[in-house]
Amino acid sequence: MLQEHARIVDFIATAEGVTGRKKLQKMVYIMKKLNVPFKEKYEFHIYGPYSEELTARIEELCDMGFLSESLEDKGSYVQYKYAVTDEGMEFCNAVGASIPKNPEAAALLNAKSARFLELASTLLYFGHLERGKQIAKLHSVKGKLNFTETEVEEAYRFLDELEQLKLS
Amino acid sequence: MSYATQKLAEEKVFKDPVHRYIHVRDQVIWDLVNSKEFQRLRRIKQLGTSYLVFHGAEHSRFSHSLGVYEIVRRISDDVFHGRPEWDESERLTVLCAALLHDLGHGPFSHSFEKVFNVDHEEFTRAILTGDTEVNGILSKVSADFPAHVAEVIAKTYSNKQVVSLISSQIDADRMDYLQRDAYYTGVSYGHFDMERILRVMRPLDDQVVIKSSGMHAVEDYIMSRYQMYWQVYFHPVARSAEVILRKILQRAKELSESGYEFQQPPTHFLAFFDRSFTLADYLALDEGVLMTYFQLWINERDPVLADLCDRFVNRRLFQYVDFDPGTDYKKLGELSALFKKAGIDPEYYLIDDSTSDLPYDFYRPGEEEERLPIQLLMPNGDIKELSRLSQIVDAISGKRRTDYKLYFPAELLIDGKKKAIKQQILEMLREGGI
Repeated sequence: MLQEHARIVDFIATAEGVTGRKKLQKMVYIMKKLNVPFKEKYEFHIYGPYSEELTARIEELCDMGFLSESLEDKGSYVQYKYAVTDEGMEFCNAVGASIPKNPEAAALLNAKSARFLELASTLLYFGHLERGKQIAKLHSVKGKLNFTETEVEEAYRFLDELEQLKLS
Repeated sequence: MSYATQKLAEEKVFKDPVHRYIHVRDQVIWDLVNSKEFQRLRRIKQLGTSYLVFHGAEHSRFSHSLGVYEIVRRISDDVFHGRPEWDESERLTVLCAALLHDLGHGPFSHSFEKVFNVDHEEFTRAILTGDTEVNGILSKVSADFPAHVAEVIAKTYSNKQVVSLISSQIDADRMDYLQRDAYYTGVSYGHFDMERILRVMRPLDDQVVIKSSGMHAVEDYIMSRYQMYWQVYFHPVARSAEVILRKILQRAKELSESGYEFQQPPTHFLAFFDRSFTLADYLALDEGVLMTYFQLWINERDPVLADLCDRFVNRRLFQYVDFDPGTDYKKLGELSALFKKAGIDPEYYLIDDSTSDLPYDFYRPGEEEERLPIQLLMPNGDIKELSRLSQIVDAISGKRRTDYKLYFPAELLIDGKKKAIKQQILEMLREGGI
């Protein structure tokens, strides 16, 4: 019961907070694709893999007081920052440990920009295709973002690095 | 004449209670409708377990799919036709995607997917691109046509206008299901002026926008969506049936894995229990098959499976109380322990359920670069997001999202042994203890 909620709280606690809704969406997606047992269903949206269930769950967790949501002014835009409250930690402990603790992976993901995670998660989304087709598809659906060859190579290296951590 | 442009000698029409008539002129569309994978959708209800609350809600994914096709056909052939921003060569692609968008849905899709960790969208892609009648028909158009249709449905197609018609905040899918579900449930919500919305839709750059003069029709659509969610889709009694259904599948899986000898073996489910399933295994399932198992399992020796099946088939549903997980999660642990003491397995008989687990989303304008909102085209050519101009939409956007319920079998707590513990449980459930 409430295990799915606890997993999200646990992950955000392990990441020591996450800034940016898009970033959080992509972080959870990448972890899920690497076999961390998140249950949220993802679909492809204009900015890559997106989970309405995750959005709803985050809102619920904020309403319950287990996550805090604050706005960070970035000048030309604002970002939402999520952190786990004391009540959230208590909830997580009461419901039971949920995902394998991997602060290294959480930190690696958190250190990347939303744009980079959008790139990496989109490549993962097309993971059923061979690599050349994955890249072609990336440019087809995200032509306006003009991802460079270097960025794409870095994204593959990054995903390999995460996979080495054996997250599940 | 190529297969892609081949027309029927005479137009075929389907009588439809929502759109009056559904018109088919294209040979490709006619052949797809007659494929066995599409005909299978007749045997899958659009609203799952809602028929146990709204007895009229027996309509199928077949009729919904035809409805979505008809809406897109009207947009493509009437509204967008001849507009320079619209690529006419996409017509057949978008029509096929509209018709086939739900092809991968299985029986009682939502529960089935949750228990067996499968995704109907992956099955849709597998049907379109695998060894199926549908793939054979699409491949006659061109070798890459099945993949293009699959990409539109997966929202990864390069032409975003095409994707938007099938899947966006105001798309043909939602416009059909809101009206169709309202018609068959018999509720008075869900109706809006679709003809008006279609007339003011415009293809523009990477999206489909709405002329600002049509704002009030869109407000009505957003209100319908809001009301249908709370009155029909999130109905607590339909969710009770859904909870029981989920637990039947979970119990059957658990029994099978533990070596239990079924009187009626779960032959059709075995490949899903051990995840060795093929597309053929999936296509062999429909709601008739599942209901047959449920009826037979009423006589199984396992009391939990037999009871859950009896509850589902004969509509002996769980009772429910409101539940606030933010404050009540600790009490839930206490209740669970009391259920065990009373000899009732809480895994199957004490279930929390949230509307956020249901496959319906609210209109939200303020997403941080996630989902495209509904955009209005102003007379001067500017684009403005709907809730910035509409106070009605602004007032209901993304509000009151979640409803929690705790489900339990009330009659098991009244009769039989261990009355004192059961009384304690009932007090916690009914007297504000939870």
